Amino acid sequence: MGDILIMQAFSGLSLFSVLLLMALGLAIIFGLMGVINMAHGELMAMGAYTTYLTSVVFEKYLPGLMGAYLIFAIVFAFLVTFAFGNLMERFMIQHLYRRPLDTLLATWGLSLILQQGFRTIFGAPEVGVPMPDWLLGAWQVTDAIEIPLNGLFVMALSLLVTLAVFVFIFRSRWGLRIRAVTQNRVMSGAVGIDTKRVDRVTFSIGSGVAGIAGAAFTLLGSTGPGTGQLYIVDTFMVVVFGGVQSLIGTIVSAFTIAEAQSTMEFFLSGSMAKVLTLLGIVVILFFRPEGLLSLKVRK
Amino acid sequence: MHTPTRRFLSRIAKTGLAAAMALSLAQGAQAAPATAAVNTTGLAVDDASVTVGILHSLSGTIAITESSVVDAEKLAIDEINAAGGVLGRQIKVVVEDGASDWPTFAEKANKLLGSDKAAAVFGCYTSASRKAVLPVFERGKGLLYYPTYYEGLEQSPNIIYTGQEATQQNIAAVEWLIKEKGAKTFYLLGSDYIWPRTTNKIAKKVIERLGGKVVAEEYAPLGHTQFGSIINKIKLRKPDVVLSTIVGGSNVALYKQLKAAGLDGGNKTLMAFAITEEEVRGIGAENVTGVYVPMGYFQTVDNEANRKFVAAFKARYGEDRVIGDTMEAGYIAPYLWKAAVEKAGSFDVEKVAAASAGLELDAPEGMVKLHDSNHHLYKYTRIGQIRADGLMDIVHETGLIEPNPYPEL
Amino acid sequence: MLERLFQFAGGRRDLVNLLLLGALLLVVMPLVLDSFRLNLAGKYLSFAFVAVGLVLCWGYGGILSLGQGIFFGLGGYLMAMFLKLESSGAELPDFMVWNSLESLPAFWQPFHSFGFTLLAIFVVPTLLAWLIGAAMFKRRVGGVYFAIITQALAWILSILFIGQQGLTGGINGITNFSTLLGWDLYSESAKLTLYYVNAALLIGVLLASRFILDSRLGKLLVAVRDKEDRVRFSGFDVSNFKIFVFCVAALFSAIGGAMFTLQVGLISPSLMGIVPSIEMVVFAAVGGRYSVIGAVYGTLLVSYGKTFLSENFPELWLYFIGALFIAVVMVFPNGLAGLVDNLRQRLRPRGRALPVTAVAEEARA
Repeated sequence: MGDILIMQAFSGLSLFSVLLLMALGLAIIFGLMGVINMAHGELMAMGAYTTYLTSVVFEKYLPGLMGAYLIFAIVFAFLVTFAFGNLMERFMIQHLYRRPLDTLLATWGLSLILQQGFRTIFGAPEVGVPMPDWLLGAWQVTDAIEIPLNGLFVMALSLLVTLAVFVFIFRSRWGLRIRAVTQNRVMSGAVGIDTKRVDRVTFSIGSGVAGIAGAAFTLLGSTGPGTGQLYIVDTFMVVVFGGVQSLIGTIVSAFTIAEAQSTMEFFLSGSMAKVLTLLGIVVILFFRPEGLLSLKVRK
Repeated sequence: MHTPTRRFLSRIAKTGLAAAMALSLAQGAQAAPATAAVNTTGLAVDDASVTVGILHSLSGTIAITESSVVDAEKLAIDEINAAGGVLGRQIKVVVEDGASDWPTFAEKANKLLGSDKAAAVFGCYTSASRKAVLPVFERGKGLLYYPTYYEGLEQSPNIIYTGQEATQQNIAAVEWLIKEKGAKTFYLLGSDYIWPRTTNKIAKKVIERLGGKVVAEEYAPLGHTQFGSIINKIKLRKPDVVLSTIVGGSNVALYKQLKAAGLDGGNKTLMAFAITEEEVRGIGAENVTGVYVPMGYFQTVDNEANRKFVAAFKARYGEDRVIGDTMEAGYIAPYLWKAAVEKAGSFDVEKVAAASAGLELDAPEGMVKLHDSNHHLYKYTRIGQIRADGLMDIVHETGLIEPNPYPEL
Repeated sequence: MLERLFQFAGGRRDLVNLLLLGALLLVVMPLVLDSFRLNLAGKYLSFAFVAVGLVLCWGYGGILSLGQGIFFGLGGYLMAMFLKLESSGAELPDFMVWNSLESLPAFWQPFHSFGFTLLAIFVVPTLLAWLIGAAMFKRRVGGVYFAIITQALAWILSILFIGQQGLTGGINGITNFSTLLGWDLYSESAKLTLYYVNAALLIGVLLASRFILDSRLGKLLVAVRDKEDRVRFSGFDVSNFKIFVFCVAALFSAIGGAMFTLQVGLISPSLMGIVPSIEMVVFAAVGGRYSVIGAVYGTLLVSYGKTFLSENFPELWLYFIGALFIAVVMVFPNGLAGLVDNLRQRLRPRGRALPVTAVAEEARA
């Protein structure tokens, strides 16, 4: 039983890292820029499809490097979604900064187009991504305790990305500019910060993080045209529950939801656990509509 | 609970094979009967053609599975047309997209019956879509051929069910697990909706009757992708068998995570009720190798009709395509309809439905027979074990099993 | 007399527009469309209730709800509960039997009464909207955040309904009922009657909206949307106006949902989730977010587009609707109504009054 508890703790942490990885990109875009990107799930799917393509290319032309393809795929996924986010900001988002609700509609439209695009390009069936050999199996801690390697990998990746985002936002010059623009756009412009460029970089980074998340999830789930839809609501829940404009809030929220859900899943049926978790979120949102850790969400 | 009847196997196998085929050739040679005689209810039938509908999701979440069934149904219809059609009439097809949305299914069913006057409709995959169109077919006096293995508990005069109902898929499989594999304890895991719940209800009865034990029965929401806690519970309870009625994309997550946690078909008896050859490709054969699957049909079924079917399907849609149970059940539907129409000598829905009782067909899955009264098929249950190439090794095969949509439990 | 009529309808032009719409719905469509297409039109028009409600709370109240499917679905489910009980007679509804329920759950009991059902359709969704509105607006949560929370609520509710299949029919929803108080819902005459009832109710809802918008309350709403702080500093409790308009929108949606159930013959969780909720916002946006009548045209246009495209080019449908979303937001933010206004202004450069949308735009600027 004690062993199971340890493994249960691990599966909670594993869910936490998944939720966190999902929500991080959105937290940047939504939290720092106030933009709702409904196509965020499709950006994840784009990352996942990039991973799939990378695996196909490696299998065909570089079979010797197959073991390392995932690392390349994650980098490619970031680059592709970063670039796509950049274009998206340039042609769509930047015209809508003063109309946040309209951003929501336009990005939803884009998400529909992307979904159908995936279907046209990759076909309706889901595609499988091969797992590299070094991620197969489990780390045998004791006789009874086995920690799945792919879960461990996603966890490590999640940690790495979170750290990178924090360093970027709180320790780099770009981060300084981003925070300045978030706090006072006019003043930032006045002291010589190119606010437009800052917006574009922020949005692109958020998109890129979504791509990384998508790449990582190919290890746990499947990739299909509708994959993004599956992720988007969970993602928004985490961000909303944590409180917008607070990266720490996102982390706390992902942790709370993950632990609540995986614990309840252990003692109840999976379906009931989900319902209870969601109900809990709703009740808390009724009493704290601004989320767990947000200072102000007034208009 | 009824014990499944198997006496039909030997009898049917001996009776003349390909009776329907012979009949159709004979009909093709004769002059087609007059339209007024074969169509008294205003269906879209003229001297040269008859219109039927195909109603599946071509878009949305279930399109993945349903579009393949459409391929199989179209293949059958084209084959029938090439062989002279039905009552001397070429079949015209109107394809409608149910868009994975139940009200849309009802809307399109209305259109097919009301505007297109389809003589028969081949369609629906999920139970929800069938439930949505059922009143439309009963009211509009239409005829629907439904190709999915499903939960049973239904019997409409306007629907012919060509897939297995739950007892057909289920009972033999569980009996086999207990008798042949020596399983004693079972973990029932399903997606949270009616088919898994009904399937498990039946499975539970059988398990208990044979002295086995259900150690847990639990349901995950549709679309669930995080099975960590559930897998821990499985490890804690140490069941001999995990019986999974998880459907759709969740399966990918489930088997990837099971495998990562050290449970796979190689070292644990896993049985999946909702994985066909097609789904194996999405999941990745390496994740489900060794898993057992009970179905009425596998692509690897070895007989003449199936060899022809597989060859024709691949020739038309590509060598790399695979064929699963629902696709075969979709494929035989137009043949069953044709046989019934020709037996009735009429396209009228009531007459066709009445003529369907007792029809036999040499199908790719073997000789099947429509039940005298309940509109379901006598079908075989085969247990396949998933191979590394994604197809199934058939490890067990029953005789024909009588359909029993309303089992007394 | 005529003046008062104009006043009631919100001015001469609005009255003309309303009459035109009435003629289209009550005369032209029943004449032109066959029974199947008319039934389809009835289904679309039941969505229009939601779109009209959205114009009120989004266009005028400035609060975008992405969870209107909740109220539409509730209205539909409440109506379906009555119909299902009626068609089941003395027996337990079929889906309860499948889920091994022994007896009818207590909260189903009152739905044997048609009067109670109607009351519930009016009260339950409105009450829920009031709860949500009170929790959010009293804390001055609004804008984007409100949109996301309502979306989350829609999602949660649909999961709840799917999960509680013994009580709700699960993912199948509630289906297979055929009579309303003994009246065969599938007969041609019933379909026609329901269509007219639906159209008449819709026109009633349009009149009610006009009435609200032309009252002092409507003017305050616009003021709140444009400069909330000023209204607040003038001594008004802004949140109450928002709660009120959100409740009205919820009530409209519930009526639409009930009419949907009656005309389509089923209700399922797929109508209360995120996708339908957002689609209904698009109906309002295409029609023009400041025009209640535009919302009806927007609904009809997009729904017909969907049916036409999915019948003829199924694979193009998502591209098209996606592009429509983007185009409406980026190029025609005032939708059809805005286009019509532009046209009118071009034809009559010295129009007497600025059209509604232009006023609204000026107020925003």
